[in-house]
Amino acid sequence: MKPRTTLTTAVATAMLSLALPAMAAPDPTDWDAVLQAAEGQTVYWNAWGGDSRTNRYIAWVSEQMQSTYGVNVAHVKLDDTGSAVARVLGEKQAGNMDDGRIDLIWINGENFAAMREQDLLFGPFAESLPNFALTHPDENPEVVTDFTLPTEGYESPWGKAQITFYYDSAQTETPPQSIADLLEWAKDNPGQFSYPRIPDFTGSTFLKQALIELSNQDDALYAPVVEAEFAEITAPLWDYLDELHPHLWRSGRSFPESGPNLRALMSDGELSLAFSFYPTDAAVAVMEYELPESVRSYVLEDGTLGNVHFVAIPFNSPHKAGAMALANFLLSPEAQAQKQSLSIWGDRTVLAVSRLDENDKALFEQGESHPSALPADALSNTLAEPHPSWMTALQDAWLQRYGVN
Amino acid sequence: MVLLPAFGYLPVLGGNTFHLEAWQTLWAHAGLQRSVLLSYFSGLITALVALFIVVLFLAASQGTLLDRAIRRMVSPLLAIPHAAVAFGLAFLIAPSGLLVRWASPGLTGWERPPDLLIVNDPLGLALMAGLILKEVPFLLLMSLAALPQLRPEQRVTVARSLGYAPSIAWLKCVFPALYPLIRLPVYAVIAYATSVVDMALILGPTLPPTLSVSVLTWFNDPDLNRRFMASAGAVLQFGVTLAALLTWWLGEQGVKRLCQRWLANGSRASGATAIAFGGRALLLSVTLLAISALVGLVLFSVAGFWRFPDALPGTFTLDHWLRILPSVAKPLINTLSVGLAATLIAAVLVVATLEHAARYQLPAWRAQWLLYLPLIVPQVAFLFGLVVAAESVAIRPQQALVVAGHLLFVVPYLYLSLSEAYRRLDPRWFQVALSLGVPPWRAFWQVRLPLLLAPLLTACAVSLAVSIGQYLPTLLLGGGRISTITTEAVAMASGGNRRLVAVLALLQTLLPFIGFSLALMIPRLVWAKRRQMRGAA
Repeated sequence: MKPRTTLTTAVATAMLSLALPAMAAPDPTDWDAVLQAAEGQTVYWNAWGGDSRTNRYIAWVSEQMQSTYGVNVAHVKLDDTGSAVARVLGEKQAGNMDDGRIDLIWINGENFAAMREQDLLFGPFAESLPNFALTHPDENPEVVTDFTLPTEGYESPWGKAQITFYYDSAQTETPPQSIADLLEWAKDNPGQFSYPRIPDFTGSTFLKQALIELSNQDDALYAPVVEAEFAEITAPLWDYLDELHPHLWRSGRSFPESGPNLRALMSDGELSLAFSFYPTDAAVAVMEYELPESVRSYVLEDGTLGNVHFVAIPFNSPHKAGAMALANFLLSPEAQAQKQSLSIWGDRTVLAVSRLDENDKALFEQGESHPSALPADALSNTLAEPHPSWMTALQDAWLQRYGVN
Repeated sequence: MVLLPAFGYLPVLGGNTFHLEAWQTLWAHAGLQRSVLLSYFSGLITALVALFIVVLFLAASQGTLLDRAIRRMVSPLLAIPHAAVAFGLAFLIAPSGLLVRWASPGLTGWERPPDLLIVNDPLGLALMAGLILKEVPFLLLMSLAALPQLRPEQRVTVARSLGYAPSIAWLKCVFPALYPLIRLPVYAVIAYATSVVDMALILGPTLPPTLSVSVLTWFNDPDLNRRFMASAGAVLQFGVTLAALLTWWLGEQGVKRLCQRWLANGSRASGATAIAFGGRALLLSVTLLAISALVGLVLFSVAGFWRFPDALPGTFTLDHWLRILPSVAKPLINTLSVGLAATLIAAVLVVATLEHAARYQLPAWRAQWLLYLPLIVPQVAFLFGLVVAAESVAIRPQQALVVAGHLLFVVPYLYLSLSEAYRRLDPRWFQVALSLGVPPWRAFWQVRLPLLLAPLLTACAVSLAVSIGQYLPTLLLGGGRISTITTEAVAMASGGNRRLVAVLALLQTLLPFIGFSLALMIPRLVWAKRRQMRGAA
């Protein structure tokens, strides 16, 4: 071989051997090595970007990550988490195994189930994160369960959501306290309530909430759907909806696009009762001039569905160390306290606050409260999410019955 | 890349054989037939009504002050992105919208918004209205660009000397010659209207939605097995667009046969006043509607809480602008860099092609239809396949790929806008320059290009506007990492805070607006002392 070719081969091999360790997946249990590998990386965090408050919090997180760990976090704003799932799938289809575009995804529910099924996630890593212990999973099983599926360390918890109803007290004084009540209320106040169009996740959650109450929390909901029993178990739900729809907004001929659209409709004066996944949504909306100050929030008396949302790392991310460092920071007390603050975002913490040490506990003391927000004790009654297969089955059945009018 | 999964071949999801199962699932999907019919008819009706309005206005316009004013008002409307028009219109005509608020409770007595299904109506009328608002300026500008070569004034003068009313004269003498020149833009309108996604999401029917919206939802469905059905749907969408184009073509032939008698029957004035009045009134209402939609957006961007049925917001605040502006710096830079890069490359390509054609006296480029292909094939149908194809040849999503994607859509518009001006430019200027001993490239730089400054800048402004408004290509080819004003606006739209969406929609409109203003002002400044050189458009 000519001297120049030998030199190039030697340089190439040297560079390759230097590059290889960086490309190999870092071992989550060796945390110092992870932090070292993370420094200087740029993590592309794909997260829903429809709420400017969430975006503002993520921007704060980026600043902290840069100054504390030297990791550059870029927020890729999604309008639908499904598109991130589709992207990772497309990359796998094209044979892209180590240079994916996405490093971290804000995810839960059926999106997580789909990615696990297709082996699109890196893990397990969550339980090795130093801050994960602060969530005390043995006492709070919801941080390791995603819609009845065990996370098995493939996603790290981040925040909590719970279905919260809100109403305009200037238009209606006695909002319904249960699903059955809701039907009576809708008959007395036609055209003033609606739920988001399926397959929006907030709308699907309304279906699950109604089904849980109407079927008296049937055990079958927490196991995979059995085709043969589906019709029988869901019969009360369809009877209920058949009766409810004519009294809904637009007589049930059209449904709002998403949860936030319910808020916009209330702002326009079209609805006087709505619901959201975020307990602080109504208070935040009043602060942002979207809703009148007469709005009040509450939870149904028998409890409402709640779930935890997570972050997960795709299998082909080239910045897994940085992503893990970010996931760990998100679980830190100061990040969780900042997130829960009403002036920043208001999303509830997944940490077991009562078990933190005094300094960290103080971060969560909030003097701020808002007349439109939920009273402090209202969130104790949380219903667990059914198995994810119920979500898809209910969505398909709803589209079959009401999808064309 | 899209055809293969449609027939069952997608190894990463376990589909290793060809089969028709995806088509069976598609056909069994509730509401599919309605979706297909919605897309098909909304496309055809939009094109028909938009063409009708434009033709009527051109027939009615006499070069009076009013007509010139209307014409000048219409061109900026081209700059407003589709999504912004859709938002504005949605708020304008909704039962709790601007029009009702201005009329209530004084005229209507309503204290609560009426429960009427106007936006998202099942027949797609709101969607068609939004599309017509955008397509009328486009067709008008294309027609105005094509008219001069037909010498319409001379034709109309001859007809008037035979006793025809001016508008009838225009319809009988000019329009039949004009139509073949604007046929391709009309086809582009039909193709866009049958496969539009962003407008259909905001204004279109929901249960069931139009076919393109359904296909997009299936592509993004967490149930990854829906991919097969989505690919089949994308192929079906392409088929629907082709069917609509074919129907239009058949319609053309039919109209040609039926109108031959009318052309020669000698009626000189029947319907002239109706046309004169209707033409102006229709275009004026379209323009006013679009402007009111914009006004609504502006009001919302500075609104505090706005109770129904107040005509104006209770309080005004700059909070929304202050909140958005810091986060919008990077997207703005991205939008401009991608847009300017795509426009520049497209301009070089198009000018080179046209210059070559002009120098060698080539006839109008036969392969023009090839240029139009990206405009006619629905974006939803081929973009996903393009992403997978790019990944397979290890071209990672990046800015360059986004610029290349935008080029696909920008070049046809640039070509359309510039080719007329090139053709109309007197070739003798170039010949005189050559005869003075100057090499051809210098004659090009110093004679032809300066003469074409105004049309060139306008064409660049149009292509910049097109690039700014692109959503799916930026999102998919950039891997989600290149955020532009449009991707930000659509992401924010899913959050439902109408005030912030209004701010982003206005920002989205401002950029092409600046482009158009520059295109108008620069020739005026450069040729301040040479009036004949300005406005060669």
